[in-house]
Amino acid sequence: MRKTFLKNFLLIAVLVLGQFSFAIEKDEKHEDEAHGKDLKTEIKEYIQHHLQDSHDFSLFSYTEEDGEHKYVGFPLPIMIWDDGLKVFSSSKFHHGETLAQIDGNHYKLHHSKIYKTDAEGTINYDEEHHPTNKKVLDFSITKNVVMIIITGLLMLWLFTSLARSYAKNGGIPTGVGRFFEPIILYVRDDIARPNIGEKRYKKYMPFLLSVFFFIWFLNIFGLTPLGVNVTGNIAITVSLAIMTFLITNLTGTKDYWKHQFDPLGDSLPWYGKILLYIILVPIELLGLIIKPFSLLIRLYANMQAGHIVLMSLIGLMFIFKSWIGSPLSFGLAFAISLIEVLVALLQAYIFTMLSALYFGFASEEHEHDHEHEAEVAH
Amino acid sequence: MGKLLEEFSLGLFFWQTLLFSLLLFLLWRFAWKPILKAVSDREDGIKDALAAAEDAKKEMQNVTADSEKLLKEARAEREAMLKEAREIKEKMVSDAQEQAKAEGDKMIKQAQAAIESEKKAAVADIKAQVANLSVDIAEKVIKEELSDKKKQLKLVDDMLGDIKLN
Repeated sequence: MRKTFLKNFLLIAVLVLGQFSFAIEKDEKHEDEAHGKDLKTEIKEYIQHHLQDSHDFSLFSYTEEDGEHKYVGFPLPIMIWDDGLKVFSSSKFHHGETLAQIDGNHYKLHHSKIYKTDAEGTINYDEEHHPTNKKVLDFSITKNVVMIIITGLLMLWLFTSLARSYAKNGGIPTGVGRFFEPIILYVRDDIARPNIGEKRYKKYMPFLLSVFFFIWFLNIFGLTPLGVNVTGNIAITVSLAIMTFLITNLTGTKDYWKHQFDPLGDSLPWYGKILLYIILVPIELLGLIIKPFSLLIRLYANMQAGHIVLMSLIGLMFIFKSWIGSPLSFGLAFAISLIEVLVALLQAYIFTMLSALYFGFASEEHEHDHEHEAEVAH
Repeated sequence: MGKLLEEFSLGLFFWQTLLFSLLLFLLWRFAWKPILKAVSDREDGIKDALAAAEDAKKEMQNVTADSEKLLKEARAEREAMLKEAREIKEKMVSDAQEQAKAEGDKMIKQAQAAIESEKKAAVADIKAQVANLSVDIAEKVIKEELSDKKKQLKLVDDMLGDIKLN
């Protein structure tokens, strides 16, 4: 069973890689003839396309001899809000090549975004080359949403089975739980406890654990040949950071808020504070926003950059096309992907760690000196 | 920043928030809560077991210490009893000695007193006998002396001569 699975996997991998190189070479010829695009632009666009969310789950694509693009994958449901909810399959767009005609309206997929157009599919641009067509509210189940659902189901299955194994086995994990239990304990003992404190860490544990494994698993999925760039998508990181922000401020103690609006406390008389506070209080309040903002940018930029570097190095193989250059860039790509495995874990750790740190600030009581030290150290 | 805003997709944000909240709730309810509880229960169990072992060890030490203390006390008691007995013996001996000495002294004194009084009586007796004897002798002597007239006159003359001399 396992052997046949492995064989099939290898077959698919060879096919995918073969098609990939074939597609790019063919594309180059085709595009050169038709639009005058060179290989570099082609690769750049491919990377750009990969980094963005997509409305269908394509595994790979290639171009036929007659110049027709072929995509292997499956379409995903499109849900848009444009005078009422409209649901249809993404196959209607044919990967952006045709218009979707729904209830007499025409929609066009342009750079992974859906625009309302006329029957000819014209897209009007302003001076800065931004489309001026009406953008519709797009709640489609995109590739990233599919990956989120898959990851969520995987996590649910993994951790509920770990929880069950405790009940069945008298408090001792079995199977894959033996690998995950130390990680859960690490999050508890080395992330939550020292940053939040022995008394209050418990109520933050579910969020910290969920966020840690969610980011880690999605980062790892991003490194598989599927290469779905979920955690490198700004919408995802914004959502995660907003949750951290909300939890931080909703669980903030009186001391925490007092510190926001009265950072110097009793160390100065009121008339001394007035001038300082005109500057200090806005900075403190800005800090509230900057903390989660740094979280979202850090995760986004790291994952985005990792994917760009990795894909550029793979792309270099097709630019060099020599016996020296291609193996070299392959070696580099291999080394970088090893580093990316580390980065995947590291970014999950940093996001969890900093969230825990912010929760720690918010739930701290009567320890202002400590708070300052921690902030300086951080 | 403009590029970031361009990239931001409200739909994806919506799905991520919804799905992650759902995931968080489900994991909280069905995974993290039982897992963390099981882990902390296990840790508490280990802690309790260790504490119990420590207690047992302390108990053992206490028992040993107690028996040692008892042994020491018994030994000290025996020592004390022996010492007391020795003291009593010594006291009894010395008391007996003292008593005997006092008794002896007393007896000696009594004997001495008796001897003294006997001696005195004897001396008085001897004195009386000597006096009687000497009176008797004197009587006999006088009787003999005064048996003729010449001798009586001579005595008177001697006596008178003594008086004159005086």
